[in-house]
Amino acid sequence: MTSLSGDATKYTAALGTEEPWSRERHRSRIPQRLHPYLMIAPVVILFLGLIGAPIVILVRYSLLDNVIVNQHPQFVGLANYTSILSSASFWSAVEHTLIFTVVCVVAQLALGFAFATLLNTKDVGRVTKAVFRVIYILPWMFTAVIVALLWRLLLDPNGVINYLLGLIGVVRTAFPWLATPGWAMACVIVMNIWAGYPFFMITLLAGLQSISPDLYEAARVDGASYSQQLRSVTFPQLRPIIVGIGLLDVLWTTQQFTLVWIATGGGPLGSTQVLGTYIYTLAFQSYLFSAAAASAILLLLGSLVVAVFYVRHQRRLEMT
Amino acid sequence: MSPMTTVRVTRKRVWRKTGLYVALLAGAIFAAGPVVWMLSSAFKSNADIFAYPPRLIAKSFSAGAFTALFNDPQEIRFFVNSYVVGLSVTALTILVAVVAAYALSRYKFALREPLKVMIIGVQAIPPITLVIPLFGVVIALHLYNSYEGLMFTYLVFTLPYSVIMMTAYFNSLPRELDEAARIDGAGTMRTLWRVILPLSRPGLVAVGFYSFMISWNEFLFALTLTQTNNMRTVPVGLTLLMGQYNYQWNQIMAMSVLGCLPVVILFLIFQRHFVSGLSSGAVKA
Repeated sequence: MTSLSGDATKYTAALGTEEPWSRERHRSRIPQRLHPYLMIAPVVILFLGLIGAPIVILVRYSLLDNVIVNQHPQFVGLANYTSILSSASFWSAVEHTLIFTVVCVVAQLALGFAFATLLNTKDVGRVTKAVFRVIYILPWMFTAVIVALLWRLLLDPNGVINYLLGLIGVVRTAFPWLATPGWAMACVIVMNIWAGYPFFMITLLAGLQSISPDLYEAARVDGASYSQQLRSVTFPQLRPIIVGIGLLDVLWTTQQFTLVWIATGGGPLGSTQVLGTYIYTLAFQSYLFSAAAASAILLLLGSLVVAVFYVRHQRRLEMT
Repeated sequence: MSPMTTVRVTRKRVWRKTGLYVALLAGAIFAAGPVVWMLSSAFKSNADIFAYPPRLIAKSFSAGAFTALFNDPQEIRFFVNSYVVGLSVTALTILVAVVAAYALSRYKFALREPLKVMIIGVQAIPPITLVIPLFGVVIALHLYNSYEGLMFTYLVFTLPYSVIMMTAYFNSLPRELDEAARIDGAGTMRTLWRVILPLSRPGLVAVGFYSFMISWNEFLFALTLTQTNNMRTVPVGLTLLMGQYNYQWNQIMAMSVLGCLPVVILFLIFQRHFVSGLSSGAVKA
């Protein structure tokens, strides 16, 4: 706040020195009411070109037999959709995506909340808290490619995780975590949680800090225990934030591609094939662009359903 | 309070504090352990990567992996590409987002609410759905395998949240500033440039950092919209390193360290601005 008022003083001081503003008062020929439209036009044009048009093209692709590869594609109606919807590999990818998303979102929220609570405590000095905050945010600054490569190194059969698990007697042999169908998904989930929880921690910490201490004081006066305070003060106050970032996380996680692609490529035996890797493989490895377009449209429709809730939620926040 | 209860209370507090520090340390090991291992591996020889028992600082400790990268013009090129794309995207995003956000924050106009809904909603569109048609579009526009192809498409990712963050920031600045400038005869752009922007440093920093991080880290579009090694960015370059030398883990980790360094440094410098800007956008759009 001090910097704001400081700059404002600078501004008022600048008003005293003569600015040649008055001369330009009548220069503008564009009517005032069009100004906001002109100002927002670049965003609208970019979005029409980079999002609107591509989606139209995507719908078209999905209604033709194999485009791009085929020189003269034929209109085939919904045939691509029916074949995708009756393919077992698509439904297996949907199932993996759902498991991946539910576990990651719940765990990231829980872990984010736990870390935020730790950082919000009054029992630790300010500097210590600042240091821990930076450490906790670290994983978030790594791109998904680096996260996946790093965890591949850690989870290597001869890697450090197996060594540590060996020390406490959990693992005896060089266990190939990422090459074992039953474990690969769990590993990818852990990687994604590790990379993603800091965002929730930061947001929830901001939320925790915005809760008025008076509410806790009042609860304590009424003799509320810690868990009662959580239930009657913390969670109700954080609810709008939790719902908002939870929905955002659902969107991000269902769309995850890079992390899974680099970590396992969807394998072993398709056990980590999520919709992102499934669509990518169809398009850019098998060159089945029409089938990829149809499944991409299905993913888009799913995302839009979640998006409706997200937009409504954010708008309601804005109103209050 | 009797002396007995005081003792009990102090003991309880000591336990609480110990528990707190144990939890803090456990969290730090979970968060930073893998990062420490990345650093440690970057300074090993490749033969020592899976040495038994593993050591944090190997006998072969050296910066050899880093010098190998620095001596390879190909690797340098990946970084140059990432910087070119990242900095241009950041500049473009700030320019477009600031002007749009100012309109959304200061003007009441018929399409304002639908536009806001669009900007929030656009964030929900999966990149994988856009990359298939954009692949065709970029080829048709002769932007395949070019900086421009990546720069423009990255705006899809950076703009929506940047506009939201910037609008939230402008909303927090008093309107009286604009009115005062207008009374003095300043036009819209001049008010924005001379009065509002100088007060918006925290918001600008948040948007700038966010945009740079998004484009620096992006992988899917970089993978599909570029083709030759001289156009690849760091994330794609990293995956090329895997096949190229049959798992030169020490070099992969060294490049990972270098690859996250710009983001980490920027974050440490601007973290206060960034954290508040980020959450203001998430908490109230």
